[in-house]
Amino acid sequence: MKRLNPYLTAGITPDWIDYLLAFQAAGADAVEIGLPFSDPMLDGATIQRASDQALRRGVTVTSILDDLTAAREHIRVPLIAMTYANLVFHGDARPGGGPEAFCRRLAAAGISGLIVPDVPVDEAGHLQASATAAGIDLVLLAAPVTPPDRLAEIGRRSKNFVYAVSIMDTTGERDALATTAAPLAERIKAVTDLPVLIGFGISTPEQAATAARSGDGVVVGAALMRRVLDGASPDDLRVEVAAFRAALDQVDQEMPDARAHTEVSGDRR
Amino acid sequence: MTGAAMTGAAMTEAAMTTMSAPAPTGRFGEFGGRYVPESLIPACAALETAFREAWADPAFHEQLSRLRSQYAGRPTALTPAHNLSAQLGVTLLLKREDLAHTGSHKINNVLGQALLARRMGKSRLIAETGAGQHGVATATAAALFGLRATVYMGERDIARQRHNVFRMELLGAEVIPVTSGSRTLKDATNEAMRAWVAAVDEAHFCLGSVGGPHPYPWLVRELQRVIGEEARAQAPAVPDVVVACVGGGSNAAGTFAGFVDTPARLIGVEAAGGAAMTDGMPGVVHGYRSMVLQDAHGQVLEAESIAAGLDYPGVGPEHAHLGATGRAEYRTVTDDEVLDAVRRLARAEGIICALESAHAVAWVLRAAGTPDLPTGSAVLLTLSGRGDKDMATLAGEVR
Repeated sequence: MKRLNPYLTAGITPDWIDYLLAFQAAGADAVEIGLPFSDPMLDGATIQRASDQALRRGVTVTSILDDLTAAREHIRVPLIAMTYANLVFHGDARPGGGPEAFCRRLAAAGISGLIVPDVPVDEAGHLQASATAAGIDLVLLAAPVTPPDRLAEIGRRSKNFVYAVSIMDTTGERDALATTAAPLAERIKAVTDLPVLIGFGISTPEQAATAARSGDGVVVGAALMRRVLDGASPDDLRVEVAAFRAALDQVDQEMPDARAHTEVSGDRR
Repeated sequence: MTGAAMTGAAMTEAAMTTMSAPAPTGRFGEFGGRYVPESLIPACAALETAFREAWADPAFHEQLSRLRSQYAGRPTALTPAHNLSAQLGVTLLLKREDLAHTGSHKINNVLGQALLARRMGKSRLIAETGAGQHGVATATAAALFGLRATVYMGERDIARQRHNVFRMELLGAEVIPVTSGSRTLKDATNEAMRAWVAAVDEAHFCLGSVGGPHPYPWLVRELQRVIGEEARAQAPAVPDVVVACVGGGSNAAGTFAGFVDTPARLIGVEAAGGAAMTDGMPGVVHGYRSMVLQDAHGQVLEAESIAAGLDYPGVGPEHAHLGATGRAEYRTVTDDEVLDAVRRLARAEGIICALESAHAVAWVLRAAGTPDLPTGSAVLLTLSGRGDKDMATLAGEVR
């Protein structure tokens, strides 16, 4: 089955948990929880605005994790945190801070995965050990320019899936799926048995379907956060995510081998 | 000799281990590194290779040396500040980077990086700028080398450094206003890095200070080392104290590099509202680990300084290392002290320096005659740039 990981900027609205539950109801395989950071280097205008809006509301990692903990009995979908290095390493000069504590806090709030785009594989050692110790899967990213030897290392060390950054650009909606997406997905699949999820610029269900024909699923962020910023309700977003779900399910029907393949990979929870 | 921070064997050991090449991972002690998205890793690695090759190539040094002397106006003078020295009871020497072409030390870095960009076959330079001095230097080198230049500058800095925006545009650069966050250097740097991701094939990111992912902190310090090496050769003796302003810290890094193996105390002066060394804690921003101004939750704070070039919440990782090892010391001065320093230097020596450079002057004015800078000390101060760009700010703040 093709995977659908919608992204949600945590704290974007007071009722942000309702969006998470809407994504779950619409058939998300996991939800990426963006922990907003002041300087999101790899994010385009939409996710920047979403992060700014959340930070202006005064949300913190602590308040976000508290919200998740409070909603725990309603959350069945796996949660993957996505954030930047400074929040992950914060306080690493003091006892009780740093990546060990950060990963433990994520796990305690029911989060099982972590994506940190500005911690490339060369800098990931300490974080990876901390994540593993806390039972968190550290998902690594690969880019169209990643050379073969690095790609092999990323495939070896990533957990749960490999995040294929489809385009040489920041996050954000685009008119068409990048031409770099499919070749990258194929290169990653050649070096690992992990599922490959394609993200960055997946803007419509049609683009998601196209991407899913070369990868094992998609991450959808800016297209959803734009709707939230424009005032769409959790129910509106449920419909939106359901459309992505339907497009991916359609691809599954076209490709009878896909289900078997993913089950062999065995990382769905 | 007064108050050398380290003496004897400890000093010698520190001198041997500081301000040489960083560890292969780009670390200066526990600081530095390469915290960038995977999309930028090959570009950083290619730049590191190009720099290592160029730096070992006598032809590259010859080209750079010719540009420095024939184009940039180097060596810059070392001027004894006779009047101020008499007033303060210290011997003050000014390393005159304000006399370099484009009006600041930024040209030293940019000429080297433009040569590297050409060696790497790039057609375009992307740069971030705060006060506009690095933007002007980048636009200048781009014009000279026939490269396109795109400069990201915070909207707030554009308003207060309009003069430099005009200069950049006159030189043919495209200046892109940055409207996110604090609309200053921090956000301009984010935006330049985002633009680099999307243009990495054709564009070189011409980073202006000793921050950023490896190899930038090392590369920029090596290109700025000329300040310290010239000053060391020009000074009659090793001074007691070497002082420079620190935002990202490139003029200080270049200056310190010339004196790190001497007993001279090294003093970096930060803006009180942007003092990462003084008020920050370890963090990761803009691709490197260093001291960073941040709140209790890890969100990066917006700096607040009258000097746009120092309005930055981070600091080069080598400064964090020099501070952690005690080889360099960091002080802060307030905006009011800086405005006073601009005026006093202008009236005493006939030199109008940049607001950034005036931070170093302000510390000397405050410290002279105190235990921090006892009477009779020999002080070498890098005056990183000239103040023409600051007239609008000064006209509003200074009678």
